[in-house]
Amino acid sequence: MKVLVCIKRVVDYSVRVQLKRDSSGVELAGVKMSINPFDEIALEEALRLRERGLATEVVVCTIGGNETQAQLRTALAMGADRAIQIDPGAGVHPSNEVQPLFAAKLLHALVAREAPALVLLGKQAIDDDCNQTGQMLAALWDRPQVTFVSRLEITGVTPVAVLRGTREVDAGLETLEVDLPAVVTTDLRLNEPRFVKMPDIMKAKSKPLEVRPAASLGVTAPPALETIAYAVPPKRSGGRKVADVAELVQALKDRGALQ
Amino acid sequence: MSKVLLIAEHAAGSLNPATARALTAAIEIGPVTVAVFAADPGDSSHGVAAAAATLKGVAEVVTIGGSQFAHALAATLAPEVVALAKAGGYSHVLAPSTTFGKDLVPRVAALAGAPQVSDLMKVIDARTFQRPIYAGNVIVTVQVPDGTTVFATVRGASFAAAAGGAPAAPIRAQAPTYPAPAHTRFIGLEGASTDRPDLQSASRVVSGGRGVGSKENFAVIYRIAEVLGAAVGASRAAVDAGFVPNDLQVGQTGKIIAPDLYLAVGISGAIQHVTGIKDARTIVAINKDPEAPIFEVADLGLVGDLFVLLPELERALASK
Repeated sequence: MKVLVCIKRVVDYSVRVQLKRDSSGVELAGVKMSINPFDEIALEEALRLRERGLATEVVVCTIGGNETQAQLRTALAMGADRAIQIDPGAGVHPSNEVQPLFAAKLLHALVAREAPALVLLGKQAIDDDCNQTGQMLAALWDRPQVTFVSRLEITGVTPVAVLRGTREVDAGLETLEVDLPAVVTTDLRLNEPRFVKMPDIMKAKSKPLEVRPAASLGVTAPPALETIAYAVPPKRSGGRKVADVAELVQALKDRGALQ
Repeated sequence: MSKVLLIAEHAAGSLNPATARALTAAIEIGPVTVAVFAADPGDSSHGVAAAAATLKGVAEVVTIGGSQFAHALAATLAPEVVALAKAGGYSHVLAPSTTFGKDLVPRVAALAGAPQVSDLMKVIDARTFQRPIYAGNVIVTVQVPDGTTVFATVRGASFAAAAGGAPAAPIRAQAPTYPAPAHTRFIGLEGASTDRPDLQSASRVVSGGRGVGSKENFAVIYRIAEVLGAAVGASRAAVDAGFVPNDLQVGQTGKIIAPDLYLAVGISGAIQHVTGIKDARTIVAINKDPEAPIFEVADLGLVGDLFVLLPELERALASK
């Protein structure tokens, strides 16, 4: 069973993002970039499936320019067998941003060529917070989706491979069973990704990394949202500290928060 | 002329309150039809359809009944929503930004070949909206290109719930368009306890964090919630430590809530948690660390040992 893992290069989770001086976008110059944490969890899960003998090959892919190769190399160092960089080329969008629908179309074209049994990716990217790409890919591919997964098992192999995924939903934990191939998006509690070891970084340098221009996949850019303004939200200012419980209760009554 | 199709979320025969919040956003855009997909949607006298029909501002309810809708599966619902939107000439398709809406709407938008606005928090005009990115640290204004249907999920914390009890809007029933796909099967739902107010819609919420210390200690949180008639929540740290189940998590990756009163106990106030509560009317923090970042956003802060202060607060509230 081949597993395709899709990763996105994003501003590292530890960075406090700031707007550019002219508010024309988020300041990315000199900012630490990493694999989107949810995608890292997806990759870890794929590697564990391979270690359990359930996956035979783990292919990692991303969409972006050559700067994304650093994240692909990290993914290879974690243990992916090979990497594919889909290069959308310049001018896809005023900001060169690839939005979820375009990403899903590119991934769909790649899936048609790679024919994985399972596509794993994070439930959302921590930059645009869209939470769309996995579901859109499943729609275009006309295959099942299991989103926000915190537990995953392969429960059958023949006649069709079956996956059972437990989803973190508002009402609790929902379990779905789907026939493969399918798209699974990962939530935080699925696993804890491994750390990359130095020898693996060296080994990753000789693993295959293929660059595919979007044009070679025959995909054209779909309609996209236009971002017309960036702003910092009004800051909630702190109030005051109270000395004791009696003062707290009185203050709550004064505010009308307690009757 | 805008025409909005709002997909209702419901379970066990009742409408999810997030639907009424999404309705408030929908009304700002145009006349609203609420779509109820259910095994038994009910009629004008009972059930989810009847509840939706009496929400203030609803123009019409359309029910699509079928056993395949017993559980909300995106793969089953998405083609139906596309067919319904197309047949009715809707310019907008909206759903609450809950795990239901987040699962469903992208699948719908992709089938329609259109982009989606996630977590819509403000309507500027019929095609221009505000939404949060970077865990709410940046707000962007986005425009949906002409010539495509607008697909969006609506962030509940940004909109008050539309009132119920209005004169009932007309309800029409329609048959499903497609057979359900066989590739996705519902196995089960491990629900949380339902004897407490619903976290997403409660007017008061008490949350515990890592400072509570253990699963057993969380009893103090439940006790104070009981006194206040509040729902119980938790920080991600408390959930990850196994103190409480994941569906209680408040924050960017959990539930984003906007109660009238939010009491954060033993919660340091990581940015991802604060993102989930910053629309609360009053935030109270109890923490033993006077430097905890939660005090930067709390309206009222009390520094001290929660195991001393909560019983005191409980007594003060009981005797007031």
